[in-house]
Amino acid sequence: MTLDVPEGSLTALLGPSGGGKSTLLRVVAGLETPDNGSIEIDGRDVTGLPARERGIGFCFQHYAPFRHLSVRRNVAFGLEVRRRPKAEIRRRVDELLELVHIEHLAERYPSQLSGGQRQRMALARALAIEPTVLLLDEPFGALDAQVREELRSWLRDLHEQISVTTLLVTHDQDEAMEVADQLAVINEGRLEQVGAPTDLYDRPASDFVLRFLGPVTELDGVAVRPHDLALHREPVPGGRRALVQRITHLGFEVRVDLDVEGAGAAWAQLTRPDVGVLGLTEGERVWVSHSASAQQRRRGGLRDVASLSVS
Amino acid sequence: MPRRIRRMAARLAGPGLAVTYLSLLVLLPLAAVLSSAFSSGPGAFWQAVSQPEAVAALRLTLLCSLAVAAVNSVLGLVIAWMLVRDDFPGIKVVGALIDLPFALPTIVAGLTLLSLYGPNSPFGVNVAGTPAGILLALAFVTLPFAVRSVQPVLAELDRETEEAAATLGASPAGVVRRVVLPSIAPALLAGAGLAFARAVGEFGSVVLISGNLPFHTEVASSWIYSLSQSGDLSAAAAVSVVLVLIALFVLVGIGLVRRRFGVAESV
Repeated sequence: MTLDVPEGSLTALLGPSGGGKSTLLRVVAGLETPDNGSIEIDGRDVTGLPARERGIGFCFQHYAPFRHLSVRRNVAFGLEVRRRPKAEIRRRVDELLELVHIEHLAERYPSQLSGGQRQRMALARALAIEPTVLLLDEPFGALDAQVREELRSWLRDLHEQISVTTLLVTHDQDEAMEVADQLAVINEGRLEQVGAPTDLYDRPASDFVLRFLGPVTELDGVAVRPHDLALHREPVPGGRRALVQRITHLGFEVRVDLDVEGAGAAWAQLTRPDVGVLGLTEGERVWVSHSASAQQRRRGGLRDVASLSVS
Repeated sequence: MPRRIRRMAARLAGPGLAVTYLSLLVLLPLAAVLSSAFSSGPGAFWQAVSQPEAVAALRLTLLCSLAVAAVNSVLGLVIAWMLVRDDFPGIKVVGALIDLPFALPTIVAGLTLLSLYGPNSPFGVNVAGTPAGILLALAFVTLPFAVRSVQPVLAELDRETEEAAATLGASPAGVVRRVVLPSIAPALLAGAGLAFARAVGEFGSVVLISGNLPFHTEVASSWIYSLSQSGDLSAAAAVSVVLVLIALFVLVGIGLVRRRFGVAESV
């Protein structure tokens, strides 16, 4: 497989657990040796280079903090290894701690930090060496839901601020869609599709991508997004008769379970106002069709992905 | 009220048992040694511990024990590293062998060492009657302490911290120095302390190979043995008290240093 990561972009490697995403990340970092293939950074082949000479910032899923060192010394690690002058290290670390908003925790130890704070420390530590590429392995995987939401948008902002080329691994499609400006869907070690999040969502190159990136239902044996189904009170061309079996209100979103005549179960995702206008009730019959916009978008061809390098 | 009393009794049973057991096994004998040491007054105590042969034996014991604790800390770490990080056929067997010095009666260890590294050595190495022989015997009996105290900590070490250090630019040696060693330092110190304490009181394995030459290869424990053989029990107890104090001093010192590491690690 070949993947190009444009300079300054935030690319997410997305796919089910055990699909080879983390391995790919570790290969890029030099922590794992590839059987074949090559890694290029800024056009330079780094495949044979050990991890310490690649100048890559790596954030581990569980942050891998140095427990015997204070937050300040953790962040300073890469600079101390490079034997930078003390004053410069101090200034640089102060800047980084401020950047990730943990300047008040500088003298604490990792065991005294929350998960989110450790994540920020790990980021600051990786950024300290001014990496050409930042690699994040499941950056929000070990955090609880609320902190995760908060950190996601924070990471997005941070990336805009420092715009270092970033490659992150996640199995959570919402996370990938929200944070990344380029998605690479990986399944069983294969690259399924690369592109902007909305492109992949609207024009999936394969059934796998379609199913992985969002909710899916089937009408006439064709997989579609439930929000691309339209319900009507009157017959429409190409419409199918269906029985409304169940209406579930999920806040703004309303899920309507249908029994389509001759096609079996399907479900449509409507909005609260839609349902109000239609005046839907359980047990009545309606017509269901593909919405017009969906038909235009469906099925873009498999994208030609010709080169995997990290630039 | 009986219920309250029963509950109280239940709560006190555990600590009560522990304290009783400790008293019978450790505190009482120590107290007995102490009282025996001072049975003829502080003057006699001082005389017993300050006579030249006692001072020489204590000095030799202290130096040899320190040296062995230091050497075995390093080599114990190397062995523990191999057991945890390497994989070769038979590594499990090697792992099991480490504890053998625990099981072997020390006098048997002494006999074996003497036959291997004594006057009739098959390799032509004769360290009998020299301080080197003492070091050899002490190294043999204290090795398990050094290995077994770092091995579990090394096994639990988060390998990702080492990878993190590597991506941050640390060389393999730098990773060991900056990440691995600080992480295992408390365990390393604990192992050194145990090895030292054991070495200070070691008798069986040393007595044969050392030759017990006064002022040359006579360790404190054999000096104590000869005192007790000649019936001077209070002098024997007095020298023993000094041994216990030395061990206590070192163990407390190590405890303090470990506390400093502990603060860094978890509060």
